[in-house]
Amino acid sequence: MSLGPYASFVVTSYALVAAIIMLLIIWIGVDYRHQRQRLRDLEASGVTRRSGRTATEI
Amino acid sequence: MTLIDLANPTKFLSLTTRVLPWLAVATAILLLVGFYQAAMAPDDYQQGATVKIMFVHVPNAWLSMFVWGVMSVAALGTLVWRHPLADVAAKAAAPIGAAFTFLALVTGALWGRPMWGTYWEWDARLTSVLILFLMYLGLMALWRAVDDPSRAARAAAILTLVGALNLPIIKFSVDWWNTLHQPASVMRMGGPSLDNAFLIPLLVMAVGFTLLFVTLHLAAMRNEILRRRVRSLQMMQASQQAA
Amino acid sequence: MTALAALIRRDIRIALRVGGGALIGVLFFLTVTVLMPFAIGPDLPLLTRLGPAILWLGALLASLLTLDRLFTADHEDGSLDLIVMGRTPLELACAAKALAHWLAAGLPLIVATPVLGLMLNLDATATSAVALTLLAGTPALTFTGMIGAALAVTLHRGGLLLAVLVLPLSIPVLIFGVAASQAAISGPLAFGTPFSILCALSLVSFVVGPFAAAASLRHGLD
Repeated sequence: MSLGPYASFVVTSYALVAAIIMLLIIWIGVDYRHQRQRLRDLEASGVTRRSGRTATEI
Repeated sequence: MTLIDLANPTKFLSLTTRVLPWLAVATAILLLVGFYQAAMAPDDYQQGATVKIMFVHVPNAWLSMFVWGVMSVAALGTLVWRHPLADVAAKAAAPIGAAFTFLALVTGALWGRPMWGTYWEWDARLTSVLILFLMYLGLMALWRAVDDPSRAARAAAILTLVGALNLPIIKFSVDWWNTLHQPASVMRMGGPSLDNAFLIPLLVMAVGFTLLFVTLHLAAMRNEILRRRVRSLQMMQASQQAA
Repeated sequence: MTALAALIRRDIRIALRVGGGALIGVLFFLTVTVLMPFAIGPDLPLLTRLGPAILWLGALLASLLTLDRLFTADHEDGSLDLIVMGRTPLELACAAKALAHWLAAGLPLIVATPVLGLMLNLDATATSAVALTLLAGTPALTFTGMIGAALAVTLHRGGLLLAVLVLPLSIPVLIFGVAASQAAISGPLAFGTPFSILCALSLVSFVVGPFAAAASLRHGLD
């Protein structure tokens, strides 16, 4: 497969799309862990939900 | 499970956790197949290899509008039904939509450099997408300006709906403005007469990217629900300490 | 009806009084327009060509600047809560407030246009075209801007957030306002087409603006 004279533009656009989507995925994943960690810390410090269920339970 | 059950965040969370891995796998497969087909697609006789940029540009451009549509439905849910998940859905969608819009702009510019000889052409479609991007950023600024989530949700819902009403008007005026200033200098894609060799990879990519959005959106909604849980627990902690 | 008339009268009086700040918009308009030649250079033919665009941009920014006052002062002294709770439909009250705001802050911009047109070397036809398009277009700016003002007052955030929210929505008005003035000055297009679209935009904003602003006030103030 040859991309001709415009190869750099095609490759750059695909790479950029991949990079931004990876960033989104990483951001969402890190955020998820962060929120779970904060919930666990809060529970460990003795705060409980009104329903009595554990906050990290899903 | 009915729609009403989904209104319960805990039920929604358990459903999301069960569904997400499957969605992620399906997205990955579709995007890989689409990428393979896009790589194998023949070159266009006019655009050469740059036509391959279209396989990522068009799905992102489609999603930039689709996400605003999703947010508008969520906004109705916020204002009319006060649905607890609608706020969460609207907030989670905004950054993802902004990212897709940004990608549509950048891939459009990268396509334009070899085709038009310039990264930025004040082409009607590029310009409308740019305005859409500005509106996404404004919406995100609105979400960030207020710390009370339900208050921010109602304001953002109104802005989203006003934006949805305005977007066709903006599109129309930009089209009009564009034809006034530079008549028909822009090369157009084939439209519905697109050959199957291009159409099939494009469709696979479009479906793949839409699934990607659904996956990311559900995951971001789950984060948002957890964030609100953290917030309410922190408030309880603060009030316990005060008492 | 008398309630609305009273509201309009009151708002205009407050805006024109000391501390009202409606006339600062005109001063801002004047300053922005005077700044332009310093950026572009004192090239009269170029200024003639850019004149309508400069005047429109100045008017857009000036009307944006004064929008902040539309609900803030009433929110601060509590009269906004009375208006929201009052028997007059909130949509009509919002429309009346926007009308009063336009009379106090928008109309002076149009009055100032001929003077500024002279400085930008616009002839009588061009100046009157710009003034006419401003007359048709600035109500749309006020009525769409009112949505942003209502959102900003419920969020206790004004200024830059308001500008960021409102400016993208005002792009169509800017496009057709400038296009209609250019059409009247240099052609080749008929003046009527963009001008009627500009009027249509104003009419649409008369409907959408009050409803969205009223919804935002109802949902936002608690």
